[in-house]
This record gives sequence, C-alpha cells and structure tokens, in this order.
Amino acid sequence: MDVYLPIANLSVNGLWIVALGAITGVLSGLFGVGGGFLTTPLLIFYGIPPTVAAASASTQVTGASVTGVLAHGGRGGVDYRMGAVMVGGGIIGSGFGALLFRFFRSIGQIDVVINALYVVLLGGIGLLMARESVQTLRGTGSTQAPRRRHHPLVASLPLRWRFYRSGLYISPLAPLIVGMVVGMLTMLMGVGGGFILVPAMLYILGMSANVVVGTSLYNILFVTMATTMMHSLTTKAVDIVLVFLLLLGSVTGAQLGSKMAVKAKPELLRLILAAIVLVIAFNMFLRLFYRPDEIYTVTPL
Amino acid sequence: MRALLLLLFAFVLMGQRDPILVPEVSQHEVRVRQGFTGTELLLFGAVLDPQGRAAGSDYDIVVVLKGPSEPVRLREKERFAGVWINAASSDFRSVPSYFAVASSRPIAQIVDEKTAAIYEFGTDYIQLSPSGVIDPEEQARFKDGLVDLKTRQQLYKQDFGGVQISQQVLYQARISLPSNVATGTYTAETFAVRDGRVIASALAEVEVKKVGFERLVADYSQQWSLIYGLMAVALSVGMGWAAGRLFALI
Repeated sequence: MDVYLPIANLSVNGLWIVALGAITGVLSGLFGVGGGFLTTPLLIFYGIPPTVAAASASTQVTGASVTGVLAHGGRGGVDYRMGAVMVGGGIIGSGFGALLFRFFRSIGQIDVVINALYVVLLGGIGLLMARESVQTLRGTGSTQAPRRRHHPLVASLPLRWRFYRSGLYISPLAPLIVGMVVGMLTMLMGVGGGFILVPAMLYILGMSANVVVGTSLYNILFVTMATTMMHSLTTKAVDIVLVFLLLLGSVTGAQLGSKMAVKAKPELLRLILAAIVLVIAFNMFLRLFYRPDEIYTVTPL
Repeated sequence: MRALLLLLFAFVLMGQRDPILVPEVSQHEVRVRQGFTGTELLLFGAVLDPQGRAAGSDYDIVVVLKGPSEPVRLREKERFAGVWINAASSDFRSVPSYFAVASSRPIAQIVDEKTAAIYEFGTDYIQLSPSGVIDPEEQARFKDGLVDLKTRQQLYKQDFGGVQISQQVLYQARISLPSNVATGTYTAETFAVRDGRVIASALAEVEVKKVGFERLVADYSQQWSLIYGLMAVALSVGMGWAAGRLFALI
C-alpha cells in the first residue's frame, strides 16, 4: 500500500509504518517507555529524513502514551502530583534541548552527539537494569532489603512535599531536575525519554514500582506534546500522514501491551527491556566505529 | 525601415542554417497527490532541417531535465580517533534538486569535453557553483561525493543512448521522476548537436506540484504552524483516547 508523505516528500509502504507503530505501541504499554528510541532510528533507516523522523516519532509517542495513561490511571497507577512537577521540569528542559540541538547542528556534529548519547545512556541504563533484574529473579536481590530507597543526594535537597501514591516525602526539586534532564534529551534525541525516566524514578527517586510506569507515561504524554509544538513551530517537520500511520499501529499496540503488563512478572519485563536497550546501544556503539554508509551529508543552507 | 529589413534578412539567414526543433513534454504538470510513487516523463519532439525536411540522421539530440536549485552545505565524515565524525565541509550555491540527461549517442562521441561542460551534458558537468576557497582537488572530491549521493537517491541520472530518433524526424526520451522529487518548476532543455557543436536548443517547462490534501498539509505546516502543531497533538491524543475507549468495550 503506497502512501505519499507530504512533509517527508516521499512515498512509503503504509503497512510497514503501521507495523512499526504497533511494535512501538506494545513496548510502550508493556514497559512505560515511549518507544521513540526504536521508532526514530528505524524510520531513518527506512529513508525518511532524520528531522521528520524525530519530529513525527515524538508526536506518535503522545498518542501511544494517552492510551497508556488512561489504562494505568484507571487502576491508580499514576502519581499526578509527581507527574505535574516532572512535566514542569520537562518543558524547561526541552527549551534547553532545542538550543543545544541548534548549536550542535550549526557545527555539524549533531549526529555524533546523538549517537554518543544513545550509546552512553542506553548502555549504562541497560546494564544497570539487567543486573538488577537478574539479581531479583535469582532471589539474591532480596538481601538488599529496602529496595525503595531514594538516592542520598535527593534527601539533601531543601523543601519537602508528600507524594502519597509514590510513597515518598521528598523535595519537589528532585523530580523537577529529573524532568528537566529528560526533557532536554527528548528534544536532542527525538525520544520520549521513558527509558531514562523509568530507571531514574526507580533508582534515584525510589518511587513505588506500581506507579512508575503510569507516571512515566504521564510525563512523556505532556513532554512530547510540548516537543511536537516546538517542532511544528521551528523545524516544521511534523508529517501528519506519517503520524497517522504510526498511531494506527501504536494505539492498538499500547492497549495490548498494557494488558500483557498486568499479567507478566515485573522483574522479567525489566530484563527483557534491558536486553532490547542493550542490543540497540551495542549496535549504535559499533556504528560509531564502522565506516558509515554515507560519507557525505547534505544540509540545505 | 532599412534596419528592419536587415533584421528580417538576418533572421531568414539564421533560419536557413539552424535546424528547426519542436520539443514537447508528455505532462506539463506533475501532480503530487496521495499514492504518488513517481512518474515517467516523455520528452519528445521533432527535428527538421532548415528546409523543413527530415533531418534526424544529421543531428544528435541531447535532453537535460533539471529541477529547482538550492544552496547546500556538504559535510564529509572522517575517522577521528577511531570514530567517524563530520570534518571538512564545502558549500555549493546552486545544487539542482533533480538532474537527468539523455542523449542519442554517448556524449564523448557527440561533443568534446569543453562543450559538454558548458551545456552540462552529464552528471560530471553539473554546474554547482562551489563557494569559498578550497583547492581544486578537494573541490572535485566533494563534487564527486555529492553527485554519487544524489545518483544513489535516483535524483541524478544519465542515460546515454536514452534518446531514440525514429524516421529521422521524431525523437523521444523517457525520464523517470522518483517519488522523492522536490516540487517546483523543472526545465526540460533539448539540444540539437552537429559536428561537435550545439546548433539549436529549445526549452519546455514542467511544473511539479502538490495538489489536494497533500498541498493543504504542506501549506498549513509552513504558514499556520501553530494550528498545524495543535492539530497534530489533537490527532494523536484523539486517536489514543479513541483506542482506549474501544478496547475498554471489548
């Protein structure tokens, strides 16, 4: 089924795009990650211009998270207070991200920066999660009993709020800063940031595990909305036809994913996510050293 | 009056030396709409000698189809401490978004290199107007890189032997436009060549434009970007919400 994308200026096989959206959707419902870290590289691989891919992927992630937020919110899996603070940080962060993006693009190093960020972040987080979940699955993890402990640095921040659903009494500055960092990465890497947010909530903030996925999706929902607007106003690279096709797959996928998430063991889920993240990070790492397919790249002036 | 006569005389004389070239394009307007997967243009026409007789065997025909040009910066990746990063760059002021050339015989047999360069008979001869001071060798490397990139994107092509001349009068060349062509005005130039010299040329224009929904989307994203962004957000939120409701019913 050939579909012409009016902003990307080329025609694609619509069914492939829908299938790609479906995979992302399942991931998003299952793990609470947006799946942008998978969509964006695959779209680029398919031949869609990188800016259009990143912009449209972030819009698609909005749709996938709505479903997730509704599903998780329905069974009390979203800490709205925590989410709101993070969204605030995220919007500030995405502004910074846009500035950094422009800077790196002007010196022509944006590709390397994005690749390096992917390798470092995905690799680091993947290893952390893999070790964690292996320990828990083996039962050795139970020795370090109070799993839900926030990072000592978080405790030293001034001002304290109660976040009931997360089971926390901490400074709102901590989630604000986490949100800012994630927002910045969202704009830079064209991803929702869930794969950073989920571990950050677990290991830095020490939030209760049953609200992590829902709250992460809640944050992603609003931050990707902001990113979409930012892209529409600056790069003008959001392709609404591409978004529609991706959404068609991902909204259904997200529903299936969140149904599966209820039944599956959370530790096992985390191990699978860790494996996916590590594979992508390793692939990106190799690509830094391999001779690229294209030695030359064209930028319009 | 005398001047006018002289002019008329000159015109008649010129007309006697030059062949008559009547070019035509199968489509003067390429409509890019849903389902557009590229198209094939037929560039055809007639070539007659000054007396109006069939003259195909005497002339070689070269057609050049060019899309709108834009200035670009070309960056080159280099290995730096094991990692491939962008290093040198070069600017070109007029890079055609599309370039295709077809001829009735290999260019080398029709004209010499100098003439080929003047009329851009071949992807090696596209005038890209490089700017800035870079030594010629490096310039050539960048140019080859750009042409190679565009060729693999199917945006630059040359087909020597692609022009067929039938009955010594009619010529025709098929040139395909891929789906990733830029919109704008394309020029199709036809050249009649004899004894290594271009002796007649004629121009036809092809408009490539988006129509209908595709046009609307492209226009909106550029001119009403705020509304466009809100619409994109609304679409994704709406579809997400609808799917949630639908699955809740099942």
